[in-house]
Amino acid sequence: MSSHTLSVLVEDTPGILARASSLFSRRGFNIDSLSVSTTEHPGLSRMTIVVNCDLHPLEQVTKQLNKLVNVVKIVEMDTTASVRRELLLVKVKADASSRTHVLQTAELFRANVVDVSPDVVVIEATGDPEKLDALVRNLEPFGIRELVKSGLVALGRGPRSIADRSFRAVERSA
Amino acid sequence: MTEQMTGAQSLIRSLEQVGVDTVFGIPGGAILPAYDPLYDSARVRHILMRHEQGAGHAAEGYAYATGRPGVCMATSGPGATNLVTPLADAHMDSVPMVAITGQVASPAIGTDAFQEADICGITMPITKHNFLVKDVRDIPRTIAEAFHIASSGRPGPVLVDIAKDALQASADFVWPERLDLPGYRPVTKPHGKQVREAARMIAEARRPVLYVGGGVLRAGAAAELRVLAELTGVPVVTTLMARGVFPDSHPLFVGMPGMHGDVAAVGALQKADLVVALGARFDDRVTGRLDSFAPDAKVVHADIDPAEISKNRHADVPIVGDCREVLADLVVAVRADQEKGRQGDYEGWWQQLNRLRTTYPKGYEAPDDGSLSPQAVIERLGKVVGPEATYVAGVGQHQMWAAQFIDYERPGAFVNSGGLGTMGFSVPAALGAKAGDPDRTVWSIDGDGCFQMTNQELATCAVEGIPIKVAVVNNGNLGMVRQWQTLYYEGRYSNTDLQTSPRDEKVRIPDFVRLAEAYGCVGLRCERVEDIDATIEKAMAINDAPVVVDFTVNHDAMVWPMVGPGVSNDNIQYARDMAPNWEHED
Repeated sequence: MSSHTLSVLVEDTPGILARASSLFSRRGFNIDSLSVSTTEHPGLSRMTIVVNCDLHPLEQVTKQLNKLVNVVKIVEMDTTASVRRELLLVKVKADASSRTHVLQTAELFRANVVDVSPDVVVIEATGDPEKLDALVRNLEPFGIRELVKSGLVALGRGPRSIADRSFRAVERSA
Repeated sequence: MTEQMTGAQSLIRSLEQVGVDTVFGIPGGAILPAYDPLYDSARVRHILMRHEQGAGHAAEGYAYATGRPGVCMATSGPGATNLVTPLADAHMDSVPMVAITGQVASPAIGTDAFQEADICGITMPITKHNFLVKDVRDIPRTIAEAFHIASSGRPGPVLVDIAKDALQASADFVWPERLDLPGYRPVTKPHGKQVREAARMIAEARRPVLYVGGGVLRAGAAAELRVLAELTGVPVVTTLMARGVFPDSHPLFVGMPGMHGDVAAVGALQKADLVVALGARFDDRVTGRLDSFAPDAKVVHADIDPAEISKNRHADVPIVGDCREVLADLVVAVRADQEKGRQGDYEGWWQQLNRLRTTYPKGYEAPDDGSLSPQAVIERLGKVVGPEATYVAGVGQHQMWAAQFIDYERPGAFVNSGGLGTMGFSVPAALGAKAGDPDRTVWSIDGDGCFQMTNQELATCAVEGIPIKVAVVNNGNLGMVRQWQTLYYEGRYSNTDLQTSPRDEKVRIPDFVRLAEAYGCVGLRCERVEDIDATIEKAMAINDAPVVVDFTVNHDAMVWPMVGPGVSNDNIQYARDMAPNWEHED
C-alpha cells in the first residue's frame, strides 16, 4: 500500500462531491484527505484526493472515477514532480511559563501565530504533510487543545497546467 | 423563432425531438403536469403500467427490441423508488434507458415534503448518470444530454428528476444545437497497434477462443463477429448476455460458458492458450474461481469501457473501443496477416473441443414419475415457435434452461436479466419488447416465483393490446433456491414451496389459468408430455389477446451442468456427482 495524490478536474455541478466520494467508499477505498476548490476556469472545480492503496486498485478506481460524466480529467501527482501543501490550524496551550518555547517552535517551522489569549495561542502553518506532522509532534508536549487541517492540495511543477491537452491523463492507460 | 411553453410542454416536445414514440409509466402528484401535454401528443404513446417496476423493465425490453433507449416515467417518492430495481438492472446489463421522475417543487426539496425522496442520491450508484432539474429552461438540454449519455459509449440508464415547479413554469423552448459534455468522451475507435497485436496473437495461438459478451450485442456487431470467426476458424462461446449474437447452429459455436454453461464452452476457456474477450466482463458467474480461470491463457480484452479492462483478469492486450469497430479492424488486421501467410492452426484444438462436445452434449433426464420435464417444455417451445421469436426469461432455473435448450440464431432473440438477476423481469420486459417490435412473436419464459412478482402487468398487456405469450414453468417452488438447498443444505427446503402446483392436493394458489382469465388473457394448462406441442400451437394461434400457459412441471428437476459457487471451472459437474474427465480428452 502506498499513498497516491489524485488531482481531479470536475465540472462544478451539484452533487459532484457526493458522486466522487461515494464512488471511493462503494469500491472499498478510504480517502485520507479530500479538498475541493474553484479553479482558473469558471465552471471547473479541482479536487485533490489522497488515497492509500496498491497500484492495481488505484488504476481501477481512477477508471471508475473517470466514468463520472462530470469528471473532466484525472492526473496523479507524482511527489517529486509536484508541489504539495496543506494548511494547519492548531490551538496550543501557552501560559506564561511555556509561551516562549511555543513561539520559538512555531518560528522554527515558519508558522504564524494568528490568535492569542491568556492561556492559548492559535498557530497557522503551511507545508507538506511531513513538515506539519513534525510541527505537531513538537507542539504536543505543550498540550494541543484542538487542530484542523485543510487537506492536501497539489500543483505540478513546471509550466504546464493539468487542463492542457499535453498533460497526459491517467484514464487512457487502458 | 422561439416558442414560449410550460416545462411540461417542453419535456414532451423534447421527447418528441429525440424520437421517443413510447413511454411506459404511471402518473402521480409531482409528475402530473407532464401528463397533461402527453395526453395531446400524437407522436408519443404512453402505456399505463400497473407498477413502476414494470414500467422500468418494460423500458428495458423496449430497448432490447429496438436498440433505442427505453423511456419510463414515474412520480416522486414511491413512484421513483419503485424504479430503483429496473435502474439497477439496466445499469448492470448496460441497457440504454431514460427514466423521468417528478420531484416535489424546488422550494420544498429537503423539507421531507409529501412523496419526497432524494432519487438522485438514491440512484447515483445504479445509473450511468442522473440529473435534478429545477429550472424550466434546463429541460430541453437535459433531455438531449440524457438520451445521448444513455445510448452512447457503454449504454446505461439515465435518470432525469424534474421539480414540479419547473414543469409548471414557462420559458422559451430552446433545443440545444450541440451538447457540451467536456467530461464525457467515450473512446470508440480502437488503437491500431493493439488490434494488430491481437491479430498476431490469434495467428500464433494453438488453442484460442472468442469469449463473446453482451457488448457485441449492444454494438450491433454480430455480422463483424461472424466474419472474424469464419476468417480465423476460432471457436466461439457466447455468454448469457450474448446468446444469439453468434448463431447456435454455426459449426464454430461451442456453447455458453459459466456456472450453468456447456462443458465444451467451459472447457474451451479453461484449456485455452488465448482468450479473446469481446464486450465481456469476466463476471464471476463465467469465471468461477478467478485464480483458476483459464490458467494457461493470454488475454486480449476489447471493451468500450476502460474500467472493465483488467478489472477482474489482467489483459495482456487491452483494446478500448466499440466492439463493432474493434471487430472490423481486427478482420482487416487478420486478413493482412493471412496474406503474409500467417494463419493459426487449430486442428488439434478443434479435435479436443469436438470430443468434449460429443461426450458431454446438452441433455437432461426425463422424470420417471410421468410428470412434465421443464427442459422438455422449453426445448419444444424453441422448436415449435422457432428462431424468429423473441424469448424473454425471468431469473432462476427456467432462465438457465431457456439459455440452454433454445437455439438462438439472431441477436436480440434472447432477453434476460443477467447481472442483477432480477426476478420479475420477464413479463414487463416482454411487454416492452412487444411494444417496441409488435410484429414479432414475444414469449415470456417465466418461473412461478418470478411470475408472481410482476404479473399484474398482464392487465397492461390486455388493456393496451400487447399480446405477449407467457410460458410459466411452474414447479411450485423457488426452483433455483431449492436446487441449492438440495445440493448444499441437505435437502432442507426452507421457504421455497410456493404452493402453485402442490404435489398432493389439487389446490393451486394462485391458479394461473384463472388468474390469466381474470386479467383478460387466455389461460391454458399443460401437464403431460404428449400435450406440449399442441398447447404451444394453441397459444401461437391466439393473436388478439395475451396468453398464459401454466406448464405444471416436475418439482425436482435441476440445472446441469453446474460449476458450484466459489469453485474452479475445472470442477464443473456434468450432472450430479459426475465430473467430466478432462485428462482423458487430451
